[in-house]
Amino acid sequence: MSPETSHQAHTLFEKIWRRHAIQVREDGQTLLYVDSHFLQDGSAPAFELLRQRGLEPRVPHRSFATPDHYVPTDTRDLASIADPEKRAMAEALRRDSAAAGIRFFGLDDPRQGIVHVVAPEQGLSQPGMLIVCGDSHTSTHGALGALAFGIGTTEVAHVLATQTLWQRKPRTLRVLLEGKLHEGVSAKDIILAIIAKIGAAGATGHVIEYAGPALATLSMEARLTICNMTIEAGGRAGMMAPDATTFAYLKGRPFAPQGEEWNRAVERWRGLSSDPDATFDKEVSLNVSEIAPMVTWGNSPEDAVAVTARVPDPATASSAERRDAMLRALRYMGLEPGMALTDLKIDRAFIGSCTNGRLEDLESAVAVVRGRKVATGVEAWVVPGSGPVKREAEARGLDRVFKEAGFQWREAGCSLCLGTNGDLVAPGQRCASSTNRNFVGRQGPGSRTHLMSPAMVAAAAVSGRLADVRRLLEGR
Amino acid sequence: MEPFKSLRAVALPIAQPNLDTDQILPARFLHKPRAENFGEYLFRDLRFRRDGSDNPDFILNKPGYRAARIVLAEENFGCGSSREHAVWALYDYGIRAVIAPSMGDIFVSNAAKNGLLTIVLPAPAVAGMIQAALAEPGLQITVDLEAQSVTMPVPGAASAATLGSVTQFNFEIDAYRQRCLLSGLDELGYTLTLLDSIETFERGYR
Ligand code: SF4
Repeated sequence: MSPETSHQAHTLFEKIWRRHAIQVREDGQTLLYVDSHFLQDGSAPAFELLRQRGLEPRVPHRSFATPDHYVPTDTRDLASIADPEKRAMAEALRRDSAAAGIRFFGLDDPRQGIVHVVAPEQGLSQPGMLIVCGDSHTSTHGALGALAFGIGTTEVAHVLATQTLWQRKPRTLRVLLEGKLHEGVSAKDIILAIIAKIGAAGATGHVIEYAGPALATLSMEARLTICNMTIEAGGRAGMMAPDATTFAYLKGRPFAPQGEEWNRAVERWRGLSSDPDATFDKEVSLNVSEIAPMVTWGNSPEDAVAVTARVPDPATASSAERRDAMLRALRYMGLEPGMALTDLKIDRAFIGSCTNGRLEDLESAVAVVRGRKVATGVEAWVVPGSGPVKREAEARGLDRVFKEAGFQWREAGCSLCLGTNGDLVAPGQRCASSTNRNFVGRQGPGSRTHLMSPAMVAAAAVSGRLADVRRLLEGR
Repeated sequence: MEPFKSLRAVALPIAQPNLDTDQILPARFLHKPRAENFGEYLFRDLRFRRDGSDNPDFILNKPGYRAARIVLAEENFGCGSSREHAVWALYDYGIRAVIAPSMGDIFVSNAAKNGLLTIVLPAPAVAGMIQAALAEPGLQITVDLEAQSVTMPVPGAASAATLGSVTQFNFEIDAYRQRCLLSGLDELGYTLTLLDSIETFERGYR
């Protein structure tokens, strides 16, 4: 067939890429147009780079900013940040946004929150868009059918100055999700199982498109969780074709198209799926009915196993390098090979983050917590992902259930996910956490993080140790 | 950006996979301005004990490695957070090249923008270099960007061309990135010359 008569099959990713390509450079990198650029309070050095060159943001209405990494979660008062350098980060975002005319949801705005929770919630992330943000979890927004990826400081400055970005076209990887999830198993368990299967570098250089019958049954919030942690498999971006669930989620959101424009947008968005005969560089499939609630034991998200498992034995490692890495992780995490994971006592429990700080996450935890108490000796926190999540949870009475059980109910922000605002897990403390990274020192120097779903964090909080949430849901 | 042509320097072998950017530069230093010497915070929690004293077990604190300017790493170096500060920390310490079997995508992109050369070589080749650099602290290797080669003064994996007593590996790099590094060219400056094309694109967009 000649190129003129053949139908060229494209993946969802290729369709969005092509629509945003301005030109290709001699080395094959493409200059891409950026529809939406999200900023958070780590962006000060990028604005500084612009100032040094005497440049200004070129298309300010395509940027949107909210502080999340440095904000306090016990009050809404920036002045309460004791460290002047950290306070300056949150204040710089307000100043830089105001000077450039960039839309800004500050601490006094009811819409403030973690940027990856706020943007979908406000309808700022839409199908077909090219979205970037100076934060690796920008992959989250791909759940709406966008191409969204994290960038570094120099690239943030480049986007501010030009509204474009140079990128080498990544390869594509399709993850097919089949089967039906069991009770007590969630999107977090699916993504942890995928990362365990393909490894923390399994998708490096690739964009992942998630597809398959199991995906169609997942809510928008569940899909956001899966795309969010795509970066933990090394993926450049995670994406999902928009469908009725996506459109129902977006409809009526403040920044979504309205009226006639909405109908036209949905028409356009319906074309955003991979052509049936499109090919991917790699394919992986996973039967979600085989997944049990997962927890991590080590210091890489790939160290995820079923909660019913035991701490693995480095003696069984596939290579000497792997054995050394496992030994190092066991030492840091204070674990012995062969221990039952459900025997591990915890000191802290954290529900929140851009991975699991949305309403459904809080509801899944409340289903476990209701009528129970946080175990003695455990400090348990809930940090909603945004102001609207917090208020809606309160309207539904979720906050009361958490507080009566002994949880702290706090204000929106990143908080204990990485501790830049001063919320920290103390050295040696073991934390059951609904976040995305169990790296050495991630929640504070010496902190020991076990990643799991928010329902599993709730189960651990009321049990005082890692626990199988399915046991606690029996008869409920 | 300082130009990079070739470099002969001490190699720092870091024999652990998945060394994430949180460990290269812990989050509690992210609010520091770029003017700061981030080299002081490089591998902070690996280099120092909680009381501030040196951790004698970490490779950088062992005799012979402190002057390192080339990092030899395992799979997935620089994975995780997009913080460019991880590249700044390596650069400010004096590191000019990282050699690994694979690296985080965002880390590689950040490195390219700061004059830090990233070289991906097959795992057995890197493993051989790590072994050699562990066996001989202070071992110097040569990275030649124009010739696209890494040379080490000991015999290595069988797949490499063995030239007398040195082992040489060739690596791939984009023509453009190579030119940027060789001449210290900056990408934003180049894109700003394309504003006309960007505006044309914008007019036809949506
Ligand atoms: S919640 Fe955690 S992972 Fe998400 S943006 Fe904040 S710090 Fe990053």
